[in-house]
Amino acid sequence: MKRLQIDPIACDGHGLCAELFPEWIEADDWGYPIINPGPVPPGLEMHARRAIKECPKVALRLVSERG
Amino acid sequence: MAASALRRTPVAAPAGVARLLDGVRDDNRPVLLDEHVRLYGPLEPAADLVATLESSGLRGRGGGAFPVGQKLAAVAAQRGRPVVVVNATEGEPASSKDRALLRLVPHLVLDGAAAAAAAIGAREIVVGLARGRSNERDALVAALKERRDRARWSVKAVTDGFVAGEETALLNALSGKEPKPTMKPPYPFERGLRGAPTLVQNVETLAHVALIARFGARWFRSVGTEAEPGTALVTLSGAVRRPGVYEIELGTRVSELIEQAGGATETLSAFLVGGYFGGWTRDAAHPLTVAGGLGAGVVVAFPADACGVRESARVTRYLANESAGQCGPCVHGLAALASGLEEIAAGKTSDRRLHLARWAQQVTARGACRHPDGAARFVNSTLTVFEEELALHLRTGRCRGRDRGVLPVGSRRG
Repeated sequence: MKRLQIDPIACDGHGLCAELFPEWIEADDWGYPIINPGPVPPGLEMHARRAIKECPKVALRLVSERG
Repeated sequence: MAASALRRTPVAAPAGVARLLDGVRDDNRPVLLDEHVRLYGPLEPAADLVATLESSGLRGRGGGAFPVGQKLAAVAAQRGRPVVVVNATEGEPASSKDRALLRLVPHLVLDGAAAAAAAIGAREIVVGLARGRSNERDALVAALKERRDRARWSVKAVTDGFVAGEETALLNALSGKEPKPTMKPPYPFERGLRGAPTLVQNVETLAHVALIARFGARWFRSVGTEAEPGTALVTLSGAVRRPGVYEIELGTRVSELIEQAGGATETLSAFLVGGYFGGWTRDAAHPLTVAGGLGAGVVVAFPADACGVRESARVTRYLANESAGQCGPCVHGLAALASGLEEIAAGKTSDRRLHLARWAQQVTARGACRHPDGAARFVNSTLTVFEEELALHLRTGRCRGRDRGVLPVGSRRG
């Protein structure tokens, strides 16, 4: 299982990710993404990859869970 | 030379709670090396300092409370020659305990850094001192001249500021970059100064290391609690007879600390424990422990006629201004938290309390460093502990208290 992580320094709050992957990402009151910290279910991984690909700041990534 | 002259008089470990401050002179001049050695004995190479530190239970005293032995072990396990960085930034406006150690007992801090360096195989020790701290700098430079360590020492001035003490911000400053935090991983123990595995330790933490290297883990654990052994320095301010830096055993209650400082000078309404990343409590029996939010050891005795709402709003604005400005949730969220509290403090009628709680939750764990988390904790505790005052402000535009400037917010010294 993998988790979705964000680099908050790189993120500019464009908001594409929350639109592309609303099951996992919601915008906070200022438009910055709040990411579900849990493992992304395999069935949703495709959406995660799309959000990663479309982020203009390359601020998202999937990381393998430890252990 | 007679054999007896070579034999050292064994030095007894400090028996009481005054450990780090045992040698402090009445005239407040720095303790010289020979005086320091007379009191504590010479610093001998410790057999297995990392293991001793692990069993001592010492945790970092800069606010992060990371287990010190574990940190040394992590650095030592990396490939490449490690570096030791002494974090002497002490950016918390209400804290002065690290400065006190540097000024009064510099050799204790330097011993700790030297012992830690030897334990992990580091040859270089860099002291990162906030700019403008000339007394501390003079004491350090004078103390270093007295020493014959094998380590390569340097004292470097870094930008003053609340976030400048965050480990990666400090390492950036020491590398000539902006004093801003970076994303982790990599952690400093993996890649720190010039890419080398780097041990970053707070001033007070190293002073404890100096004594544990001499007197061992069992001695260290002989005061404090089982879960949180040892002593800690606390900077006490507010309405007390003798504000200043005190050494307490962990688990000491707020009321006992205030007694030690000659008692309160007026009626108190609350206590700020842990500084601006900490929280308020009304409970004078609150124990001073890491679990109890001691943070970097700041306690403020808050007088009853001061306004907790206005003072907390001022601190929140300060924290918002001190954001490194890199992460959206911190930049926007902390500014919103500050404005919300200011509006209530100024008697604007809209009830922002639910927004404040929501924003505090939204900024938590959303930054590259823990700055937004700390600010959120402070605001949350303000909402809880000053609930009555907040309600009074909302209803009548004010409360019984005044803004007395009990909580200092300092000024950045670039």
